[in-house]
Amino acid sequence: MARRAQPVSSVIWAGAGVAALVLVLTLGTLAAVFWRAEEFSALGPADWAAVRFTVLQATLSAALSVALAVPVARALARRRFPGRGVLITLLGAPFILPVIVAVLGLLAVFGRSGLVSDLLVWAGFDPLNIYGLTGVVLAHVFFNLPLATRLLLQGWLSIPAERFRLAASLGFGPGDIARVLERPMLRAVLPGAFVVIFVICTTSFAVALTLGGGPKATTVELAIYQAFRFEFDLSRAALLAAVQFGISAVAAGLALWVAVPAMTGAGLDRLVERWDARSAALKAQDTLALLAVALFLLTPLGMVVLSGLKGLADLPVSVLQAAWRSVLVSLGSAALMLVLALPMALAVVRLGRGVASGVLESVGALAIAASSLVIGTGLFILIFPIADPQALALPVTALVNAVMSLPFAMRALVPALRDIEGAYGRLADSLDMRGWVRVRLLLLPRMRRPLGFALGLAAALSMGDLGVIALFADPEVATLPLQLYRLMSAYRMEQAAGAALLLLTLSLGLFWLFDRGGRLRADT
Amino acid sequence: MLILEQLVVGHEGFDLRADLTIAPGARVAVIGPSGAGKSTLLDAIAGFLPPKAGRVIFQGQDLGPLAPGARPVSMLFQDNNLFPHLTAAQNVGLGLHPNLRLSKAEWQQVAACLDRVGLAGFGQRKPGALSGGQRSRVALARVLLRDRPLMLLDEPFSALGPALKAEMLMLVRELAIETGATLLMVTHDPEDAAMIGDQTVLVAEGQVHAPVDTDELFTNPPETLRAYLG
Repeated sequence: MARRAQPVSSVIWAGAGVAALVLVLTLGTLAAVFWRAEEFSALGPADWAAVRFTVLQATLSAALSVALAVPVARALARRRFPGRGVLITLLGAPFILPVIVAVLGLLAVFGRSGLVSDLLVWAGFDPLNIYGLTGVVLAHVFFNLPLATRLLLQGWLSIPAERFRLAASLGFGPGDIARVLERPMLRAVLPGAFVVIFVICTTSFAVALTLGGGPKATTVELAIYQAFRFEFDLSRAALLAAVQFGISAVAAGLALWVAVPAMTGAGLDRLVERWDARSAALKAQDTLALLAVALFLLTPLGMVVLSGLKGLADLPVSVLQAAWRSVLVSLGSAALMLVLALPMALAVVRLGRGVASGVLESVGALAIAASSLVIGTGLFILIFPIADPQALALPVTALVNAVMSLPFAMRALVPALRDIEGAYGRLADSLDMRGWVRVRLLLLPRMRRPLGFALGLAAALSMGDLGVIALFADPEVATLPLQLYRLMSAYRMEQAAGAALLLLTLSLGLFWLFDRGGRLRADT
Repeated sequence: MLILEQLVVGHEGFDLRADLTIAPGARVAVIGPSGAGKSTLLDAIAGFLPPKAGRVIFQGQDLGPLAPGARPVSMLFQDNNLFPHLTAAQNVGLGLHPNLRLSKAEWQQVAACLDRVGLAGFGQRKPGALSGGQRSRVALARVLLRDRPLMLLDEPFSALGPALKAEMLMLVRELAIETGATLLMVTHDPEDAAMIGDQTVLVAEGQVHAPVDTDELFTNPPETLRAYLG
């Protein structure tokens, strides 16, 4: 195209600059950790246990999520019922749900004094104890079963409706449909879904912090935190950071090797007429699967709301202060995300589909496998000689959160920008709209929806994040998730419930505000 | 005068050759079978497609080093000639300053151009609130305002009905005569060709032929055109 004939524009320089910054934050911080760790001891038995537990829980979580998602996605793909759209939207919600809120909800249902335990005790059994592997896997399935379901549903909907019509005209039964149409699709989609969830679960920190712990249920991320926070053993933290990086690298390699499904999110409300699934038994089976998943997702959230309402009235001042801090961090993080994502997305689109744009896109996606604990440890080491890391706890949290939400922002912005340039790029060229004028008059107005979505996502993710802040914070300065964790650790459950409801409302509310703002007055 | 000098343009596996001169102020239809390269020819003149060889010279100036927006060209595309998020007046105003920072006098100029194409009072509407014909008029108002000496039209009215299309073509013809611009318009309809002017360029089999008199061309069509006209 003619644009390539022009000299390398400032947009590309800006994008490359941001990419370099992201590289410093992800890989550079790792180097800092190495540099600070003067001597390396071999991995001790506790470290090996952490590695084993990380891989074990990630494998179990991914396998369970994917296996349970099959009947749910199948039911969603072949049933029409009121509330189907709501259920599909609900399946997207865990993504912006603060981990600690979900943990509190899961404890209210499956915990020692939760609903299920009450029932068991009433029936004369022992109450449940979910701390440890069970709890970690349970929480991961809670978060990733919806993701797996959406990925598989996408797979089901990718089977052309004509094939089902052809199958019906040939008199295929459910078994034939499964063999000829569904299993080949699942063989293509399942490995990708498994790997995505495996990758997500390998960097699990907040779940392990709240539901794991102890020598038997410590992830590598949690071990980094403990080495850093409790023992201030930087060499051990560095070694573990390297191990975590290795696990992430292997997982990312896996993700490159199997085709990872792209999460489009669009068109999931399409429905294919199915003539093979009209038997009462299949209807009952699908109903059961859908009811079970709705119950599994909604009961914990319902419990958070119910028990939170009581505590909401007398929240301690410390919680309200933490909430205010969290809102500021979250807005700052969303703004930073924009500052990072916009130049990168613009540069990726400007560079076309060559190697350079591929490199930029990969840098943008790097954070998906990066560990915020490793980044945090590295930043702490870098900041320590020049400033008091605790004083910078909130800005650093905002920055790391922004980097962590970058991959999702890029996924929303780059295709949108490509579409805009495809439809209006030539017109803008012919009118000599270049540089900032082009961004202001063409790109930003037409990107409002994906922009609002990305900002909402970044704000909600940052609002609920319990990662870096746990490394940096001093007792005085806490964000709302950290304050909630402290209340839980102190067994002040009523106040914790109130704080959880507040956090839930703020996270979903921030997402809604931004997403809604992007849709309003968006002229199509 | 527009000179295409030993020009070779194209994509991978497709070359289009042109070596011809178009008189200043001429109104020329570009006709030929689909896929023959009519749009490719316009893209090359507008600067969207760098030539593989040869030069595009307009009024003695080699256009080669100029970006699309810097060329003495106004172009209308098949679709997406307006930004849907900007008002009609803003869409026209882009023709004066792409940053839309216009003085009061310049906004009055915008209004005058909208008035000229029959859209007085429609300035504050967005394209979504305009009919297809009105959208075409807004785009033409911008062409008028930009007042560039070379007008390139790539079938911008193909989505309109016959009566509306004829109306637009007459408007284009008037505007071209008013501004004295040289006009090149892609079409596949011989009637369109006759309506806008008197000369036609035939694009067929990888070759852009020199402009000829439109009436003569269609009363006595060469072999390649006969196959196309059927």
